[in-house]
Amino acid sequence: MRPQTRWLTLSACGAVLLFGGAMRVVAQEAHVDRLTGRAAAGKPLYTRYCAGCHGDEGDARGENAQWIDPKPRDFTMATFKCRSTPSGTLPTDQDLYNSMTRGFVTTNMPPWVALTPHNRVDLVAYIKTFAARWRTAKPGTPITIPPEPAPTVQSILHGRELFQRLECWKCHGPAGHGDGPSAKTLTDSKDDPIRPYDFQTGTRFMCGSTNEDLYRIFMTGLDGSPMPSFADQLQPAEAWDLVHFLRTLQPLKTPEAAIWRSWFTTHGRELKPIGQEGGGR
Amino acid sequence: MIARVVAGFVVLSVTGASAGPSLRPTPAGTISGKVTYTGTLPKLRPIDMSKEPACVAAHPTPVMTQDAVTGPSNSVRYVVVYISAGDQGAPAATDTVHYDQKGCLYIPHVAAMQVHQPLEVFNDDPHSHNIHPLARVNAEWNKSQPKGAPPIRTSWDQPEFIPVKCNVHPWMHGYFAVLATPHSAITDSSGNFSLAGLPPGKYTVTAWHERFGTQSQEVTVGGSETKTANFVLTARPY
Repeated sequence: MRPQTRWLTLSACGAVLLFGGAMRVVAQEAHVDRLTGRAAAGKPLYTRYCAGCHGDEGDARGENAQWIDPKPRDFTMATFKCRSTPSGTLPTDQDLYNSMTRGFVTTNMPPWVALTPHNRVDLVAYIKTFAARWRTAKPGTPITIPPEPAPTVQSILHGRELFQRLECWKCHGPAGHGDGPSAKTLTDSKDDPIRPYDFQTGTRFMCGSTNEDLYRIFMTGLDGSPMPSFADQLQPAEAWDLVHFLRTLQPLKTPEAAIWRSWFTTHGRELKPIGQEGGGR
Repeated sequence: MIARVVAGFVVLSVTGASAGPSLRPTPAGTISGKVTYTGTLPKLRPIDMSKEPACVAAHPTPVMTQDAVTGPSNSVRYVVVYISAGDQGAPAATDTVHYDQKGCLYIPHVAAMQVHQPLEVFNDDPHSHNIHPLARVNAEWNKSQPKGAPPIRTSWDQPEFIPVKCNVHPWMHGYFAVLATPHSAITDSSGNFSLAGLPPGKYTVTAWHERFGTQSQEVTVGGSETKTANFVLTARPY
């Protein structure tokens, strides 16, 4: 073979390999702020930092996965807990970026702040290559969160009523200790046992720590877990009332807790208990 | 779609003689039959609903698990029988499929529907449920439906047998059988089904059961005739 011909053949092979690779990561990009992430750049990062738990194929079968509880996310299912989008829709790139940046408290997923923002956006792009759904569906439209009104005794009391009526206590417990009647039998979508959030611990939530994060959590639901979306059941004002009440369940020095404590010392006896027998008012 | 399950169970004729006068200009045949089993059945257990006092009160006698419900002469209930090949551009099913939550049970246990067919999920219980279809091909979602909440209106994009569960009441299991065809039926308490309104042609009829698997057979429908297609599924105890 003449050198020229060999060069052409090699180029042709290279092109096939390149395009073959491109087929696998079909134009996968991610956009967060002004950064554009590329799957091809995310792949080596993924192999180095993520595959140990999430698996080379993104199927949550990395070598460490068997020792981990809760189990790592299975990216082939394209189901994500922390979203700004309605239940049943794909999260935005920003959502995935936020999850990666924040990590998941009480799990083995650390905050990946050691990686540069651009690295993280590249990883978001690569994570989206594991499920075909990313090529056929668009992310959902993020829910609208109106500005938070100031907490009042009334908003907290109304939130408490909602906690009773929507039966949050069935899993989270009458006092929010994660010990409701259904708590012990909860399983995630892969049939692994899962625990409801225990407000008494006062830890950060799975999907953030602010009042707005809390609003988003119960309005969008944590897909893949037993936590449903309440978006169809709550008006925005009611959702904020529920946020204010939930804050009183945590042993934290929040404005809500302060308002609640001072009211409760004089009026606590007027309250009906929360739970099966309670009216919650 | 005549032999469709809507809001409960439709008792279907095996004879096909009661199909009524056809309004269609073209002759339409019927495929009907019975689904039975051989082998060893799994043991059905009484469901412990003590977590939900209202549901205990709703059932004077304990309800048994519904994943292998059988009737007289080894018949099998809740089998989805549908046309898996041979559809001739049948018009899409547009009637709304109803799926109820009542007494902490899904009624019907299995609901068949076509892709894009409207589906409404009701909560008739005096307490909350969460409806959690564990879709894999379609998008999984999970929504709360408290007492008195309006029905959840939805539909599915892709054919799939979707398990449905309620996380609050872990014994609640059901299925959405989302099919490409508008021709489907669920076997009744005697294992009978009937697929009516089929233009002449060669069809593949498939029977699907959540525990006993899938079986298919080919049936050729001539004119306005009723063809019989019986299925014998193999029951497995585990």
